[in-house]
Amino acid sequence: MDQLFIDLSRWQFAATAMYHFIFVPLTLGISWILFIMESVYVMTGNEIYRDMTKFWGKLFGINFALGVTTGLTMEFEFGTNWAYYSHYVGDVFGAPLAIEGLMAFFLESTFIGLFFLGWEKLSKRQHLAVTFFTALGSNLSALWILVANGWMQNPVGSEFYAETMRMEMTSFAEVLFNPVAQVKFVHTVSAGYVTASMFVLAISSWYLLKGRDLGFAKRSFAIAAGFGLASALSVIVLGDESGYELGDVQKTKLAAIEAEYETLPAPAPFTLVGLPDDETMTTGYAVKIPWLLGLIATRSTDEEVAGIKELMAEHETRIRSGMVAYDNLQKLRQGSTDPEVRAAFETHKRDLGYGLLLKRYTPEVVDATDEQVALAAKDTIPAVAPLFWTFRVMVAFGFWMLFLIGAAFWFTLRRTVERQRWLLKALLWSLPVPWLACEMGWFVAEYGRQPWAIGEVLPTFLATSSLTAGELVFSLVGFVGFYTFLLVIEIYLMTKYARLGPASLGTGRYHGEVPPAGRPATTDAPLVPAE
Amino acid sequence: MIIDYEILKFIWWVLVGALLIGFAVTDGMDMGVGNLLPFIGRTDDERRVIINTVGPHWDGNQVWLITAGGAIFAAWPAVYAAAFSGFYMAMLLVLFALFFRPVGFDYRSKIADPRWRRAWDWGLFAGGAIPSLIFGVAFGNLLQGVPFHLDEFLRAHYEGSLLTALLPLLNPFALLAGVISFAMLTMHGGVWLQLRTNAPIARRVKGAILLMGAVAAAGFALAGVWVAYGIEGYRVVAQPALDALPNPLAKTVVKEAGAWLAIYSQVPVSMLAPVAGFAGILLTMLLSRMDRPGWAFVTSGLGMSGVVATAGLSMFPFVMPSSTHPDASLTVWDAPSSHLTLAVMFWAVVIFLPIVLSYTVWCYSRMWGKVTEEEIRVRSHSAY
Ligand code: HDD
Ligand code: HEM
Ligand code: HEM
Repeated sequence: MDQLFIDLSRWQFAATAMYHFIFVPLTLGISWILFIMESVYVMTGNEIYRDMTKFWGKLFGINFALGVTTGLTMEFEFGTNWAYYSHYVGDVFGAPLAIEGLMAFFLESTFIGLFFLGWEKLSKRQHLAVTFFTALGSNLSALWILVANGWMQNPVGSEFYAETMRMEMTSFAEVLFNPVAQVKFVHTVSAGYVTASMFVLAISSWYLLKGRDLGFAKRSFAIAAGFGLASALSVIVLGDESGYELGDVQKTKLAAIEAEYETLPAPAPFTLVGLPDDETMTTGYAVKIPWLLGLIATRSTDEEVAGIKELMAEHETRIRSGMVAYDNLQKLRQGSTDPEVRAAFETHKRDLGYGLLLKRYTPEVVDATDEQVALAAKDTIPAVAPLFWTFRVMVAFGFWMLFLIGAAFWFTLRRTVERQRWLLKALLWSLPVPWLACEMGWFVAEYGRQPWAIGEVLPTFLATSSLTAGELVFSLVGFVGFYTFLLVIEIYLMTKYARLGPASLGTGRYHGEVPPAGRPATTDAPLVPAE
Repeated sequence: MIIDYEILKFIWWVLVGALLIGFAVTDGMDMGVGNLLPFIGRTDDERRVIINTVGPHWDGNQVWLITAGGAIFAAWPAVYAAAFSGFYMAMLLVLFALFFRPVGFDYRSKIADPRWRRAWDWGLFAGGAIPSLIFGVAFGNLLQGVPFHLDEFLRAHYEGSLLTALLPLLNPFALLAGVISFAMLTMHGGVWLQLRTNAPIARRVKGAILLMGAVAAAGFALAGVWVAYGIEGYRVVAQPALDALPNPLAKTVVKEAGAWLAIYSQVPVSMLAPVAGFAGILLTMLLSRMDRPGWAFVTSGLGMSGVVATAGLSMFPFVMPSSTHPDASLTVWDAPSSHLTLAVMFWAVVIFLPIVLSYTVWCYSRMWGKVTEEEIRVRSHSAY
């Protein structure tokens, strides 16, 4: 396999997925914030809450358009760029994707048009229901895609069939209730809620700093602070849960994130910072907190957390067992009906994926030398330093946002937010932070999964399509160029409408607007008159 | 309830067909509207009227395409893998064109500059025209067979580099199929406009409907003759039991002139599909002329279903024939997922599709009525 071609395939998937996830988290969270705002409107009849729903909804729409644009690519990218993957695991992986379309995308997309364009044609309650279904749909879509993604990390409920040369589903319930999928879902949607809360807080802070549209901004701020506090707490608690789950099923990823080269006596210490080095397999300048890792990863003080060296040795045994599996698989594919061949295959089948790792060094697999086996064993460990650092930055960002949102909540209760200029400024400048944390989270999850496309089943380098490097360069440049062009337009529009503020609704009630003659500047709500 | 594997394989052929028809009737409509937009709308207000007839619905409609993609992944993973990577360049072209739609609809009217708006009008045109052509071209190529084969581990390989393979995709028969698809979808979009707008748009669009209907009907007839005399079809000579574990390398296939028409003599009811295709298109032209756009919309949906079903039926049981290694062709019997996956997905469709259809109908009914220029002016801050 041509290494350049494989790298390009990975770059393309990474680029398109990371672009997609710029837009996803805001959609996941803001749709609920809109639902909260509109519920208040329906319950109290106070029109400012309707204006809030409409205005933040406008910004949501600008974001949503690119969420759909980038999502379209993803839906087909497994087929276009990961064709062997699609053949090999489509039987299991395709199902949640198709159900996502049926159950979630239809719901979200059918109602979203009415959310934007149905204000005049629907009753208050009907419109509220529309908003609810839009939010529900987008969150269900996260559920199903994370069931799919969770299965890649931890492929349960399935088995390899020599006859069809692919993984086949053995239990849909196991795929659905995969513990990895569960923790991923809750952590990822909470991350989306935090993102949306920070978005509303930051832009509202800007209005408060400018002293404009105060009534509007303070109400938005309060809702986002409350929603955000719950989300920031849950993203951290549930992130910790993700770590615990890793200790259970993805030991290699956990060891890499923690730069744990040696298996240490329980309870293992947590390395706060340090300089991991894959060559010497040591972490320089490590600052350690005793006990913490053992507690996070095993919830106990007496269980060990396996280190990289120990895992590598374990993987080497599995690679050798995988060679036997591969040998017998070939015999079966050539039509052997010998029960001994079948039995040998069944015994070693769960290591077939490890055997496939050797394909990188020898297409025959079975003739691998000891040296090649050692190389393949080394491949089973992802590069440590990038994982170690991105993970720590994500966590630091999480605590930073918890602090900011906590403060926002506190001063909202005290009714003194507009005087806390340091907080408003910090919130405004922290606008990009949740996005960075999300992208780093995905990097940890996906890069940490390497060298596997499907954990311990299918190596990434085998999963590609049979294309050429030229085609990939063309498509990679095309996607990145097109997306960047659209992103620039998106940011331009987003900034334009955020600056315009609620005046963009054209009600004549907000900052910068001249109220039309004969119409009161305020309605029943205590609105701030135009300055 | 346990359904036989063989029956489930067949049901999934029907369901994928149904999803593709659902796509043509719903999203095909707003693609057709996009195709007409720069020509039928003369002023900005008129163009906004046109866009707002599909504004609330295009996104939900597009999910038919997304779900069809997902369903092919789940039900026929081998096809999802071989077809989408085999048609790589064509897929890219479709995706790039589709990118213009979400942004086009949502961003166009957010800035008043006429150059900005005109640019997005052409973006929406591209987002309709390119996919509607290419989907036809893809079907045209499927009917002729695609140059791929599968190795012993069932990895798909293609003849030649795909960059150079893009040109052969645009052969005359495939282009004809592309024109049929483009004309059909544009006619359908036109009928929708006639139904949801007043004069002058509703009047102006009638000419386009006639023209596109005539092109679609003539093209469909020509394609029929071509399939009978011009291109070879494929026929399975021997294959494992239909309920066997899927293995696309275990059968024998021959290429044969006229094989694509065999089904119509073997199962005469299948003639209903091409008949519905012709009748639907011709009736649409007539009804639109008589100012009965509501019925015309029904018949044009019927016509499109007939045309899509004709293509699918002619190839049955093939889904993706291989022109270079016919034995490695993918069929309804040897490309599907496992018994369990097909069953799970079948029940998912049985439960969710009726729910989807009912709330979709609710949404259309809430937004019903003619879209007018006055309304656009009043709601100029919120309308697309
Ligand atoms: C955790 C959430 C999440 C993740 C990991 C993904 N998506 Fe996504 N996707 C969404 C959450 C989401 C969403 C929130 O539902 C979106 C984002 C913004 C939006 O408009 O809807 C969406 C939109 C969206 C659309 C457009 C739907 C429409 O027209 O309404 C498609 C086809 C996909 N996605 C497909 C994918 C695929 C194939 C992914 C995996 C590789 C993927 N998404 C990852
Ligand atoms: C939208 C959020 C996501 C982001 C930001 C993301 C990020 C990434 C990154 C950075 C890579 C490259 C890893 C590497 O090759 O080093 C990658 C690869 C990949 N991811 Fe994700 N991912 C996301 C969601 C998903 C989901 C939901 C799935 C599956 C359902 C998925 C499937 C894959 C596959 C198939 C690859 C390519 C094979 C591989 O390199 O392992 N990703 N993704
Ligand atoms: C502060 C404590 C946090 C902890 C302990 C934590 C922990 C984790 C862990 C262990 C993973 C990897 C899961 C896997 O590989 O399967 C992960 C992934 C991720 N994190 Fe965090 N995280 C924290 C904060 C955040 C914050 C603040 C955000 C964003 C606002 C975020 C967004 C994500 C995302 C999007 C993923 C990828 C999806 C997933 O794998 O669940 N995380 N996190």
